[in-house]
Amino acid sequence: MTSPARVFDADDMSRVLSRIAHEIIERSRGVDDLVILGIQSRGVPLAQRIASRIEDIAGHSIPLGALDVTMYRDDVSIRGARPVGVTQVPDVGIDDQLVVLVDDVLFSGRTVRAALDALNDIGRPRSVQLAVLIDRGHRELPIRADYVGKNLPTASAESVMVRVSEIDGHDEVLLGRDDRAASVASDGYQA
Amino acid sequence: MRHLLSAADLDRDRADSILNTAAQLATLQNRSVKKLPTLRGRTIANLFFEDSTRTRLSFEAAAKRLSADVITFTAKGSSVSKGESLKDTALTLEAMGAEVVVVRHGASGAAHRLAHSGWTQAGVINAGDGTHEHPTQALLDAYTIRDRLCAGAGNLDGLRVVIVGDVLHSRVARSNVILLGTLGAEVTLVAPPTLMPKGVESWPCQYTYDLDEALTGADAVMMLRVQAERMNAAYFPSAHEYSRSFGLTAARAQRLADHGIVLHPGPMNRGMEISADVADGPRSVVVDQVTNGVSVRMAVLYEVFGARAQVGAIGNAEVDNFIGGEPDAQG
Amino acid sequence: MPKADVLLSGVRPLNEQACDVWISDGRIRQVGAAGSLVGDPHTVRPNVAGQILLPGLVDLHTHLREPGREDAETIATGCAAAALGGFTAVHAMANTAPVADTAGVVEQVWRIGQATGRCDVYPVGAVTVGLAGERLAELESMASSAARVRVFSDDGICVSDAVLMRRALEYVKAFGGVIAQHAQEPRLTEGAQMNEGALSAQLGLTGWPAVAEEAIIARDVLLAEHVGSRLHVCHLSTRGSVEIIRWAKQRGIHVTAEVTPHHLLLTEDLAATYDPIYKVNPPLRTVDDVTAVREGLADGTIDIVATDHAPHPHEAKDCEWSAGAFGMLGLQTALPIVVETMVASGLMSWAQLAHQMSVQPARIGQVDHMHGRPLQVGEPANLVLIDPQKRWTVQPEALASLSRNTPYVGREMPASVRGTMLRGEWTVVDGELQ
Repeated sequence: MTSPARVFDADDMSRVLSRIAHEIIERSRGVDDLVILGIQSRGVPLAQRIASRIEDIAGHSIPLGALDVTMYRDDVSIRGARPVGVTQVPDVGIDDQLVVLVDDVLFSGRTVRAALDALNDIGRPRSVQLAVLIDRGHRELPIRADYVGKNLPTASAESVMVRVSEIDGHDEVLLGRDDRAASVASDGYQA
Repeated sequence: MRHLLSAADLDRDRADSILNTAAQLATLQNRSVKKLPTLRGRTIANLFFEDSTRTRLSFEAAAKRLSADVITFTAKGSSVSKGESLKDTALTLEAMGAEVVVVRHGASGAAHRLAHSGWTQAGVINAGDGTHEHPTQALLDAYTIRDRLCAGAGNLDGLRVVIVGDVLHSRVARSNVILLGTLGAEVTLVAPPTLMPKGVESWPCQYTYDLDEALTGADAVMMLRVQAERMNAAYFPSAHEYSRSFGLTAARAQRLADHGIVLHPGPMNRGMEISADVADGPRSVVVDQVTNGVSVRMAVLYEVFGARAQVGAIGNAEVDNFIGGEPDAQG
Repeated sequence: MPKADVLLSGVRPLNEQACDVWISDGRIRQVGAAGSLVGDPHTVRPNVAGQILLPGLVDLHTHLREPGREDAETIATGCAAAALGGFTAVHAMANTAPVADTAGVVEQVWRIGQATGRCDVYPVGAVTVGLAGERLAELESMASSAARVRVFSDDGICVSDAVLMRRALEYVKAFGGVIAQHAQEPRLTEGAQMNEGALSAQLGLTGWPAVAEEAIIARDVLLAEHVGSRLHVCHLSTRGSVEIIRWAKQRGIHVTAEVTPHHLLLTEDLAATYDPIYKVNPPLRTVDDVTAVREGLADGTIDIVATDHAPHPHEAKDCEWSAGAFGMLGLQTALPIVVETMVASGLMSWAQLAHQMSVQPARIGQVDHMHGRPLQVGEPANLVLIDPQKRWTVQPEALASLSRNTPYVGREMPASVRGTMLRGEWTVVDGELQ
């Protein structure tokens, strides 16, 4: 294979997450009822970083949580069982809150669909918004992100590999040709 | 994991994965909506040739919390009690579209036979077969031990677990010896020699006839139900004598480590293998076992349904798309 | 109509020097060096050169299921299987419905057997009424009936009552009968499913301990010694049993013993499949036991091989293990399995095979006036021809038995029965039933 192209390095990622944090503050006109939920697994550290940037600006803590959507996916009959991750709802709950979901890559839209179903079983937010680091297109559902780090045109055979230091040891985003073996071997995740 | 027939079907990674999944699913208990849509529209058959309300209800609750449809056959009030064979029942369930069959049967190997005879294509989960195995019981026991003694995570390495009673006829003991061993625990079996299986020295555990010695410093003790009819078959002279040598009294339970816990698969014979004060005392985790049973069985159902997907979907273009283009299940 | 003479050219009696054998009027008329005999103008000369010639095999232990379970086997289908397996005589066990415990039933079995014409059927009489183990059946009536019963057995059930066994051993002395004991201590084997050991404990199947067989054999040989009777031990399966028989023979006790082909080949490991096709009584044992019964057969401690051919309908095996019936088909696979386990392994010669599958069983069953005879001029032409090179694969539906419960599905057999002859008439030619 050809070696993957780097889309973001660590600095790029940091800058983009800061921008998203600012956009969230701007759009939500204050952050009083804001709850940030990262979608497992790489959405979780991204959500943490966005929340901490918002806290720096707003000067108070932002309720932060994690959402695992494994059991809400519509592909159990196709892809089989996957390890179930942690769902952690902050103490304030999500009822009547503005929930911003954070994920690494927006692709088919099915993960977000599953996340919306999961939210529905946990409570009734005032409003739900979506922040993603990369929107790579190829949507299969009518879903759109409110905050996008980068719109990245891709072929469906390409793969987008997001690496975050909390899980992978370093920050970067790579775009490569389909090369499952190498990417699976790299970190145990298909990326 | 196409079927779960024996605790030996679980290697350490698989067992850990099921216990971890169960731990996440257990958090559902704290939610107002306790149901997940995961298995919506899928069909599970509960096939109980032996009456076991406790295990049947646990599997039913697990299936329903995953939104599966459940067909239940029980020994009472169905053709099963009229002598319908395992095979005929399997064919009936197949015709009804059951994808996974949970089977409890009095014959050792019944689940194995169901899985490998060609009578059905369904995934098979052994919910207790004769005096052979009861793997989901072992999983919930391991879960309970892990939850209580290992802060719900990590492994059971080096934990000392004592299993006491009618080992010879106990499917719970067999599955636990295998699974707890896989997870790294040191298991000791205690029973009168008449109730110790032949060849036990080749099992991956210790054994002794001295309960007091085995209990000293142990992290957990699992008391097995002893059926009164064993007395008539001369396995032991009297309930009194059995209880005196192999019953868990409050005094004996003090020999456990300070954090030591007491398990029992139920139903308990209070005053026989376990005294009432121990059964209801602070070391007892019997109620936890029942609660944990539902989460563990949800995880097992999820796992077995997942394996069906992998078998059924080879060559499916959508799979290629997911595997190739969806890092971290992106979507 | 007089039978055409048959000239077997270039056959090898007992796998020895090739020779010609001329058969006429149901007997061996002449034996000569290979190529030396020409016969008469009408003599049939089948192409059998190089095949091994043995006296027709004799099975002391067959279940033909008729009367009562004609869905599993009939005397006719069992005889067809026997002929294809190289047998010219079988002893039909008594556990039919009704039980062969009266002169009437044994005569019925005997007559139907005569009518089939493919194999001599010698009924075994029950020792106790209804196999119930409570009182002796009318043994003398069966002995003096047209069926001329000499072997008595409650096979399937042990005559466990020591007094009853003693009386039976004594009683049959009057007419030279023999009691064939199914050695299984009943209390030690309640609900038993497979050999007792580490594997049965692991599989959760109730054990059938070796001691339950050995204890009865030990008791019975001592009883036989005490009352001076003959005892035959059915299908022994353990090392301990072999050692007890060896001890008894050294002591001069009149005991004979049999082993089945499946106990010479298969082991308890097969129970791990939970497929009752491998469920049999006595159960499959350990590798050590298999080694011991092979050695016992080789050194003559075990006198004979007997099939314990036990047909069962499909539903009796297509079920969970504990619901499955005990027993396996055996007639058509017996010879090749003995060839594989004993001859090919170098433990015995073809001559010894003939001795232990024909000569000795005929003597024990007291049919040696007709079967198990030497391959000599004037003897009845009860013969089997074997191609020791022609391999074949067991396909249940291709077997002649009405039942399909062979444990050897798909297994390759090392030798083939090509021809079987009963009193000069072919029952099998070129491996095909006549």
